[in-house]
Amino acid sequence: MRGITRFRWVAGATAMALTATGCGVIFGSTGGGNGGAVLSSSWGDPQNPLEPANTNEVQGGKVLDMIFRGLKKYDPRTGRAQDWLARSIETEDSRNFTVRIKKGWTFSDGEKVTARSFVDAWNYGASLRNNQKNAYFFGYIDGYDKVHPDSGTQSADTLSGLKVVDDHTFTVKLNQTFSGFPDTLGYAAFAPLPRAFFTDHAAWVKKPVGNGPYTIESYTRGSQMYLRKWDGYPGPDRARNAGVTLMVYTDSNTAYTDLLAGNLDLVDDIPAAQLKNVEGDLGDRYINTPAGIIQTLAFPYYDKAWNRPGSEKVRTGLSMAINRRQITDTIFRGTRTPATDWTSPVLGPGGGFKAGLCGSACDYDPVRAKQLIKEGGGIPGGQVKITYNADSGSHRQWVDAVCNSINNALGNDRACVGNPVGTFADFRNQIGQHKMTGPFRAGWQMDYPLIQNFLQPLYYTGASSNDGKWSDAEFDRLVDLANAETDTARSVAGFQKAEKVVRDNMAAIPLWYQNGSAGYSARLSHVALNPFSVPVYNEIKVG
Amino acid sequence: MGRYVVRRLLQMIPVFIGATLLIFLMVNVMGDPVAGLCGERACDPATAAQLEKEFGLDKPLWQQYLTYMGKVFTGDFGTAFNGQPVTELMATAFPVTVRLTVVAIFFEIVIGVTLGVVTGLRRGRPVDSGVLLATLVVISVPTFVTGLLLQLLLGIRWQWISPSVRYGTLDELIVPGLVLASVSLAYVTRLTRTSIAENKRSDYVRTAIAKGLPRRRVTTRHLLRNSLIPVVTFIGTDIGALMGGAIVTERIFNIHGVGYQLYQGILRQNTQTVVGFVTVLVLVFLVANLLVDLLYAVLDPRIRYA
Repeated sequence: MRGITRFRWVAGATAMALTATGCGVIFGSTGGGNGGAVLSSSWGDPQNPLEPANTNEVQGGKVLDMIFRGLKKYDPRTGRAQDWLARSIETEDSRNFTVRIKKGWTFSDGEKVTARSFVDAWNYGASLRNNQKNAYFFGYIDGYDKVHPDSGTQSADTLSGLKVVDDHTFTVKLNQTFSGFPDTLGYAAFAPLPRAFFTDHAAWVKKPVGNGPYTIESYTRGSQMYLRKWDGYPGPDRARNAGVTLMVYTDSNTAYTDLLAGNLDLVDDIPAAQLKNVEGDLGDRYINTPAGIIQTLAFPYYDKAWNRPGSEKVRTGLSMAINRRQITDTIFRGTRTPATDWTSPVLGPGGGFKAGLCGSACDYDPVRAKQLIKEGGGIPGGQVKITYNADSGSHRQWVDAVCNSINNALGNDRACVGNPVGTFADFRNQIGQHKMTGPFRAGWQMDYPLIQNFLQPLYYTGASSNDGKWSDAEFDRLVDLANAETDTARSVAGFQKAEKVVRDNMAAIPLWYQNGSAGYSARLSHVALNPFSVPVYNEIKVG
Repeated sequence: MGRYVVRRLLQMIPVFIGATLLIFLMVNVMGDPVAGLCGERACDPATAAQLEKEFGLDKPLWQQYLTYMGKVFTGDFGTAFNGQPVTELMATAFPVTVRLTVVAIFFEIVIGVTLGVVTGLRRGRPVDSGVLLATLVVISVPTFVTGLLLQLLLGIRWQWISPSVRYGTLDELIVPGLVLASVSLAYVTRLTRTSIAENKRSDYVRTAIAKGLPRRRVTTRHLLRNSLIPVVTFIGTDIGALMGGAIVTERIFNIHGVGYQLYQGILRQNTQTVVGFVTVLVLVFLVANLLVDLLYAVLDPRIRYA
């Protein structure tokens, strides 16, 4: 029976191993700051390391918004760019700029913010070797093609267009005229960086140090970050609470449930499934305000079928076959509003938003739609396939609704179908490989509140987000002209002229403007979302 | 027995290589992972090329696999796209999931086996029918319904528990563990019940009763021990299934475990994370199976391994 005792030993060891992993844990330890004047807020795991020039999504952007302040800051209500660290940004020709920085600003580790803090940061962001995903933001600066060539190795380490004059002055030379350039400088990619970022990069990424109203007290990757108010913050927008705990949620529904149960103070992404309950659940603690996001349907212009004379009529016809009002009301419950131009209401009329610029082409008119599509030679292949990624948002619902609307208008049950792609990554992949055979979902969240940002990256020949490869010489010419204007009002008017070219060709079908939505607990007040749909954390009051 | 274990361990090697290769191929079929990294726009070609080089994606697939496996044996599971080593992700995710699995298995054993014994001994009585009906309901209702319902009732309506898990401690994991275990628990009940009912009429039980052993001793020492073999097999294989299959439960209750990391890895097409986690899960599965086979001999002395 020797064997049996040994088996017993194996079984016993298993049981013990299970007990050890299972019960050796502490019960209910409390970490991070919660309670008191600290608020807790829902968060998602940032996709990239938290470097300013490497963060291109809203979750990482949230943190950067709290720990960094740049030359400009966008007003949380109007979206207008205001001088922040910049004392002045002067130019005479919209190409050579002199930037003067205010004195008295420091990073939270005590280091002074100087001209070099900016120049070094921008050089780092632009350099190909650092793999920064926002590098193209520095593409307007002279010498970018040397530090970030399209192929091959870089022939320079620093941008030749940046020169430090003294501690608080530097000059920027652009490779083209761009009158809106100063207004882009509020984007996180242009934030200054302390020396610690370069000298001990690994430690900095683990616990970033910046010059904003908050400092990072503790950061447990993938689960939570506790940001404490920085008492020595020299700016006028000091935090009005003691701190913020950002908590990673696996699912926005769970975050919402936690808010209802009183375990969480702020949710800045109300799940679509809860939109019908949210007003009953939260009452006036639910906010729904315009954000700089527009959803469109883009077309594959590399496909001959969509790029022949007359196909603009088909596209316009499709646009007129979509009952936008009905979809935004029933599916999105007012968190989207029907689009009537290609920008966003957050720009305001002065910034280039023009309600109704699309005209009748964006009005629901099934009769005219049917007629236009017929005149344009009918739908290529007899069926429109709208490609979208099915892994996030409520894309399936609205694509089905859009198709339904088109089918009804055309009196043909098979005129339009949705074509789901499993993941966002694969969706982007297929777009990049020019595999689209029909319209596809295109969403655009602005980087900075300028009309230029809604047009040039999306419709200019060869631009970074021109996924459909639309190209129009007249549009390009008008954009170049508008960029060269030194007067803001005339520049905006120039862009609107270019936008009309987009309309006449129906380069992309505008669907709706997206709002930011958030809900908060009774403990909080003064909660608002900025035009980037990020909560304005520093203004929130607790208790 | 020593030789048996060694043989089993050697058999694991081809299974391990085959399983990881399959996962590696499947993840790569999903397409270029870099495409999803730049949000709603294409990465500029230079940065994309640089990133591919850094993650070794520019090499042919077989070479990627070999490099990867070579590194795995030195304990390096690569780096996720957010710059975090995969081993670090594992170190945070696996303890939570192991705890969750332990809670689930605990419920399966305690509730499942108890119910099974009670119903098996009282076959055809109202208790039996009642439990059978209950297990039928549990099996037919999907986990996410049970999860969301319990979360709503216990977490929000009655405020007995916190609806989400924050630190992943055992007390927080009781309800999620119960939800995760629910379906398996029903199966364990039914398995035990059938097994007990069958063995109740067997010769050795009759003999035990005839020689005047107390009823309690007959049930626990003779009847239960022999009836547990199929149940042990089921629970053993269930360990692997529970650890890898907790995606739904982990999302509902905000548990940052293996299921969550896998889900996120798949969404972001993060090859390194997905392959790494699945590799470890494959190992867990293999080891669990080996242990189950060894446990047979403990439960049934007639089984010998050589």
